[in-house]
Amino acid sequence: MRYLFRKIGFYLVALWAAVTVNFIIPRLMPGDPVDILLAKLGQRGPVTPETRKSIEALLGAGTDQPLWSQYTEYLHNLVTGNLGVSVTFFPAPVTTIIEQTLPWTIGLIGLATLISFVVGVGLGTLAGWKRGSWLDSLIPVTTMFQSVPYFWLALILLFALGSIWPVFPLNGGYDVYTVTPGWNAAFLRSVIYYGTLPALTIILSSVGGWMLGMRNMMVSTLSEDYLVTAEAKGLRPGRIRLRYAARNAILPSISGFAISLGFVVAGSIVTEAVFSYPGIGSALLQAVSGNDYALMQGIFLVITLSVLGANLLVDLLYSVIDPRTRTRG
Amino acid sequence: MTLTTQAADPAGATLAEPSRRRRSLPPMTTKLAIGLTLGGLILLFGLLGPYVTQDPSLVHDYGLTGPSGAHWLGTTQTGQDVLAQLAHATRGSLTIGAIVGVLTLLLSAFFGVVGAYAGGWVDEAFSLFTNIMLVIPGLPLVIVISSYVPDKSLWLVALVLSITGWAGSARVLRGYTLSLRNRDYVIASRVAGEKRWRVLTVEILPNLIPLLASQVVFAVIFAILGEAGLSYLGLGASGSFTWGTMLYYAQNGLALRLGAWWWFVPPGLMLALFGAALSLINFSIDEIINPRLRDQTRAARRGWRMSRQQLAKAKEAGL
Repeated sequence: MRYLFRKIGFYLVALWAAVTVNFIIPRLMPGDPVDILLAKLGQRGPVTPETRKSIEALLGAGTDQPLWSQYTEYLHNLVTGNLGVSVTFFPAPVTTIIEQTLPWTIGLIGLATLISFVVGVGLGTLAGWKRGSWLDSLIPVTTMFQSVPYFWLALILLFALGSIWPVFPLNGGYDVYTVTPGWNAAFLRSVIYYGTLPALTIILSSVGGWMLGMRNMMVSTLSEDYLVTAEAKGLRPGRIRLRYAARNAILPSISGFAISLGFVVAGSIVTEAVFSYPGIGSALLQAVSGNDYALMQGIFLVITLSVLGANLLVDLLYSVIDPRTRTRG
Repeated sequence: MTLTTQAADPAGATLAEPSRRRRSLPPMTTKLAIGLTLGGLILLFGLLGPYVTQDPSLVHDYGLTGPSGAHWLGTTQTGQDVLAQLAHATRGSLTIGAIVGVLTLLLSAFFGVVGAYAGGWVDEAFSLFTNIMLVIPGLPLVIVISSYVPDKSLWLVALVLSITGWAGSARVLRGYTLSLRNRDYVIASRVAGEKRWRVLTVEILPNLIPLLASQVVFAVIFAILGEAGLSYLGLGASGSFTWGTMLYYAQNGLALRLGAWWWFVPPGLMLALFGAALSLINFSIDEIINPRLRDQTRAARRGWRMSRQQLAKAKEAGL
């Protein structure tokens, strides 16, 4: 229980830090984002005083308001879910855009990462178990894939499987012309068809890391005394491999999974840029290229929140798998 | 007798020195040799290449020509020499990698090692700070920061990359320092009355060197790939040549659609080769940190699974 409180306490502190970083960055940077944003908004239509006020609270204005009251107003806006209005997608508020794009990112990147983790850990277990087998010698090849910059691998695959042999579509999240979004079979099939190539590139570039980590932990675990004991008891090799070796070897991989979730969201930006996927990363890039600071800050906040949430989830899961973490306190 | 040994001592010391030092250096395996050769060649190319190639920005009136005698790697859309660009880009990317490597080393060693060694509230505070930096996603933060600054120098990009990238290594270093701190020889040296900074620098730091080295190698890979991604998105340092900016211009010049492989393949390949070289070096360092990775050979493991008769037979055959 104490472990639980400690963890939740840490994430509350981290949440506060992230929100504060989000508050400070626009105020530290040179230039006046508020003026740029208001000028852009002015071109699209009249700016109401409320909009002006919320943008000033979000990004900091040259007003004589003390920093402290700016901060409380910013926090108040966050709690009430008021993140301002986007310039790029004009009349839409930032929260709506995030609501529309987030499911795409979580669906594609989340699923691909999960598949990559499961496959990588599975193969790593086998490679560590049979050291020196053909699977083991495959590992340098997969790490090669990992050191290839992700977007380059994606570009080459897109070039090969999209242009030369047109097996997969070149860009987008679904067939815009023939399918209507919703819970119908045609739409889901289209989403899966369009998502396969992006997912494949993510899996190809990340599976090597999981495999190598798991394989090395497996090798270390195999020389533990309790495995010799298990062998001496005459347990079946399959049982030793899964229940004795793999279960202990997987622990660092799981905590690594929590850390990598941050890179998942980061990777999503590049993935979505290459495949023009309608997720939150594309929205962030559009916001950056259009100097849409309100949308940018909002997306950064959401990305941070989802990473924190996912980390908390993995931490709680970890305490279930490894009872030692709970007692250590 | 004592005189002769003393006289022979200098020679003996010089002889003993390499063998003592060899223990802290990784054994020369094929992996390490390939890694060092590849990395060294790319480093040389980045150092010397810009002096012997043509002007990378020089524009010709013939665009997008394939490899030829005049341009070994062909030209870009505006007739710039790809090989010259590649040489300058190599230098740019390696510079970023070097700066970030050094900054990450300093930051992670400070927050990881010093915090863990000092203990108490310093450790608590440092570790909290590290963990917070770890969970705040790096690339989005880099993008947000760099979008506010229109004119970025190479140094600023490197600084931002190292600020967002040091936390992982600090956490690894902290864990290892905590375990070192309570080893018998460290406690013994403290009981013997050595000063705190001396215990840290003479007793603890040398044992951390392999780990520090592998973390720096990771940081360099992370930085070069991170910068390439950032530049590919059009958010890199302005007016600089790196592998990432080359890919950015190749992408914008429709090199992929036009099939101009000589433009987009070399920078990506350089990134991949350098990354692979550094990973190969890291494998060898890993085997020092974790001796279990090299202790068990396949033969040893086979013996472990053999039945008693088979084992006896194998022993007889061995004898």
